[in-house]
Amino acid sequence: MKDISRRDLGRLALAAAATVPATARAQTAPSGPPIRIGYSMSLSGGLAGNGRPALLAHRIWAEEVNAKGGLLGRPVELVHYDDQSTGAQVPGIYTKLIDVDKVDLVISGYATAIIAPAMPVVMQRNMTFVSLFGTGVNADFKYDRYFSINPAGSNVKETFAKGFMDIAMAMDPKPRSIGLVNLDSDFHQRTAESARHLARENRLRIVYDRAYPPSTVDFTPIIRSVQAARPDIVFVGSYPPDTAGLLRAASELRVNFQLFGGPMIGPHITAQKMQLGPILNNLVVWDVYAPEPTLQFPGTQALIERYQPLAARENTDALGHYVPPLAYAQMQVLEQAVRRVGRIDQAALAADMHANQFDTVIGPLRFDAMGEWTEERNLYTQYQGVQGNGIDQFKKAGTQVILYPQRYKSGEFRKPYTAGA
Amino acid sequence: MSETAITAMAARSAPRRMSHPAFWLASIAAALVAIIALRAFGSEYAYFAATFVLQYVVLATAWNILGGYAGYVNFGAAAFFAAGAYTTVAIGKALGLSLLPCIAFAAAVGGALGFGTGILTLRLRGAYFAIATLCLSVVLQTLVVNWDYVGGSRGAYVIRPREVPWPFDSYSGYLCAIMVVLAAASVAIARSIETSRLGLGLAALRDDEAAAEAAGVPTLRLKLVATTISGAMMAVAGAPLPYLGSYVEPNSAFGLAYAVNAIAMPLIGGTGSWAGPLIGAILLASLQQAATVTISSAANLLIVGVVLVVFVCAAPHGIIGLFRRRA
Amino acid sequence: MDPDLALLLNGIVSGLLLGGLYAAAAAGLSVSFGMLDVVNIAHPAFMVLGSLIVALLWAATGLDPLLLSILLTPAFWALGAAIYVAYHHFFERRGDEAIQGLAFFFGVMFIIEVGLVLAIGPEQHFVDAAYANTTWRLGEIDLPLRMLVPALVSFAAIGGLVLFLRRTFTGRAIAAVAQDREALRLLAIDPVRIKRLAFGISIAMAALAGGALVVVQPVDAWSGHVFIGRVFAVVIMGGLSSLGGCVLAALAFGVVENVTASFYGPSWSPAVAFGCLLLVLAVRPQGFFGRTA
Repeated sequence: MKDISRRDLGRLALAAAATVPATARAQTAPSGPPIRIGYSMSLSGGLAGNGRPALLAHRIWAEEVNAKGGLLGRPVELVHYDDQSTGAQVPGIYTKLIDVDKVDLVISGYATAIIAPAMPVVMQRNMTFVSLFGTGVNADFKYDRYFSINPAGSNVKETFAKGFMDIAMAMDPKPRSIGLVNLDSDFHQRTAESARHLARENRLRIVYDRAYPPSTVDFTPIIRSVQAARPDIVFVGSYPPDTAGLLRAASELRVNFQLFGGPMIGPHITAQKMQLGPILNNLVVWDVYAPEPTLQFPGTQALIERYQPLAARENTDALGHYVPPLAYAQMQVLEQAVRRVGRIDQAALAADMHANQFDTVIGPLRFDAMGEWTEERNLYTQYQGVQGNGIDQFKKAGTQVILYPQRYKSGEFRKPYTAGA
Repeated sequence: MSETAITAMAARSAPRRMSHPAFWLASIAAALVAIIALRAFGSEYAYFAATFVLQYVVLATAWNILGGYAGYVNFGAAAFFAAGAYTTVAIGKALGLSLLPCIAFAAAVGGALGFGTGILTLRLRGAYFAIATLCLSVVLQTLVVNWDYVGGSRGAYVIRPREVPWPFDSYSGYLCAIMVVLAAASVAIARSIETSRLGLGLAALRDDEAAAEAAGVPTLRLKLVATTISGAMMAVAGAPLPYLGSYVEPNSAFGLAYAVNAIAMPLIGGTGSWAGPLIGAILLASLQQAATVTISSAANLLIVGVVLVVFVCAAPHGIIGLFRRRA
Repeated sequence: MDPDLALLLNGIVSGLLLGGLYAAAAAGLSVSFGMLDVVNIAHPAFMVLGSLIVALLWAATGLDPLLLSILLTPAFWALGAAIYVAYHHFFERRGDEAIQGLAFFFGVMFIIEVGLVLAIGPEQHFVDAAYANTTWRLGEIDLPLRMLVPALVSFAAIGGLVLFLRRTFTGRAIAAVAQDREALRLLAIDPVRIKRLAFGISIAMAALAGGALVVVQPVDAWSGHVFIGRVFAVVIMGGLSSLGGCVLAALAFGVVENVTASFYGPSWSPAVAFGCLLLVLAVRPQGFFGRTA
């Protein structure tokens, strides 16, 4: 039927993509049975907007590895199923991957809601598991073969909002009060908790602290209540649809805060960057990557340059600054561990990941006992000088400058935030 | 596998009218056969797929008691299902009980919720009742999201116990066996209701509520009984969910998929009899599970929509109806 | 002005504007569900379909999104009429509409959503209306045009629809079909033709609502879900077949949501709004503005 022919076409396209670079200039063609890497990925449903770019980054990685002679001399093959952004599908997918497809390695799909349901299945088979964008998943499972690709690190409460607070406390005059707004979701509950904790440590008065539900349509009452509470700075945790609503409301209500922002996931997605345009100016946003000269590692630029034309063809996120570098790094960690160990041995792979450092497109990484990064890398960036709604300004340095951490700092903080006014 | 075992059971018991005890015995036998067959097969994926399908058998059968027999469309199946799941989370956390007592608690909670819905919607019929149940779902989800004890919007982790009860080889096998028993029991309950005075009363309610009332059928009481039983069974279907995925969060527990499937499965199978939801659930859930791991793109969600539309258009009385007409 | 008073007034005003969006979304349903007794649960999905087509057309032409949505209404009318023909053929004619018809629209909703994902992807789509960045101010009260213009357009459309239903022969026939089909037959009017026309109008209203929605917020294939409960709530509170009641209920719903969000925190606003509906259903099932049966 139609579905099947579509799938076959997809396979053909994948096969063609995989073979072209190999025949063009292969060093030593990989041979033998492929190393199969299994995972679930959200290709439909609410997480698909980030799931599809992640998959594209994985495919770029697989093509590159196969073009360079494969892994342990064998070609790599990605086996992935769509979980429809539904956690309930995930245990089935992983049991199928491990029991029926007999994959050699497993990694996770995108986000906590997809990673957590995979954990019991993966733990039962003692497989090494590299996850993508999971927050605090291993705090309950305490699985010693879990490794997380997420810059938040293991001590979210103490460290997540630290950059934001450092920027705030360096202002002159120092802020005295803070407003907290967050989406009622796992990630944003944690980020708000961190902000609350650090606000108390810095003796900031919390004058507004509310969560809003995912079904919120109109954000004007929220911004207005925040305004009425008159905080000096505002920390917001939100996801894409709400971020646009919050920032639009902020613009309509002529907000003027010394510092406004936080983990407002939204401008990370290219379409939203372009839509919001100048409203982004002076917004301080938590991020994982920005195309700044201070944050270039071997392969970063090459990945982005390979990604963007493919993304344009597949009609997925155009810039690929948010998930793709991390998704690619997820595969690099697996690749480097397999190369060092020299065979597929789950225990040895986990031991290697605990012991060694990994050089990835997002920089050098090390994992602690819980599988989180030993050194968190929460970036706080600020949009500056955005004009109009063109895409090219976001490709060059200086539009999204890095304010924190100090070692990657690429610009100076500007205030206040007036939502483009 | 379990599907074949249960359809075999269906085929065995369909031709002539069995007495209640005989049907219950047949259900027990079918459940035992299914458990042993699965145990012999011993594949973790088979366990999971069977559990997934059977959870829908329970849910669809439960929905059909109210929706099929009495003609009251419940859009809030996900609310009852999630109530069961969250009962497991809350009771497990508060009292440290294992899954089996949690299922009993879930039945109580779901029954109470069903009873409450019944009281609140006594005067509502048709689409009004459906919309009321939809609202109930929203209100309940908001409550859970704001209830920090069960994790709120963060979701809750439920770690499977390390030791597996005898004679099972893995916890998935144990879960699957529980689901087999629940599914067999719910089908047997549905069949008992269908052939009892209660079932006749509900059918009268469905065909013409006013006439039934005029004829002395205690419509309100029947409706309350039906909402209570249906609610309890839907909650039971959801109770094992936290152990299945080890993680529940409100968005997935209250997911639209449960509400849609609970309606679609009985309609596809045929709402008039106990076999309808059973067949519909096995068919549609297997199809979805298979599609997830084969087609595996957004297109597999299309299946539910297309199958549903085609069936309600072409076979208004479900698969059962097709066979009845031919026979 | 007292800050609390300003907050309350602004909460009410922004609630009224939000209510305008709800009214646009619910008006079509008030025709299909209220007057024709067709429980079209896919109505919000049609609205989202409208939104995304508007977004695509906007990207291609740069025309005003609300204008585009008005241009889209004839196509949606035809779509609605076609769907009604199928619905009538398979369900109404057989008298099976209750459960089967519901399931049919459930399926249609799934097909629309997945079809959209397959056709244009799961990402959010947006439009930039020329007025979306302007806000009018009356003293301490803000009127963002992003909310105001869609609300006004939807009120105008609903007003036009009310006039059509009251003043024209066909319009009165639509209102009559809700009450007595047989009476229409006696007047030599084909009720099926009238219902087809009316269902087309309801879907055309969904296109208009889609235009309003995409001006207000970015839209993806699933954006309709949060509206399903709300539009049915509005239609029922409004007393089903009364468009005026539908508008009033939509405004009340918006105000309750936004005032709750302003004063008690946004996390309770859905529960308060739907709790109200449950109460209405339990106490006065015919809605605030409905006739007693």
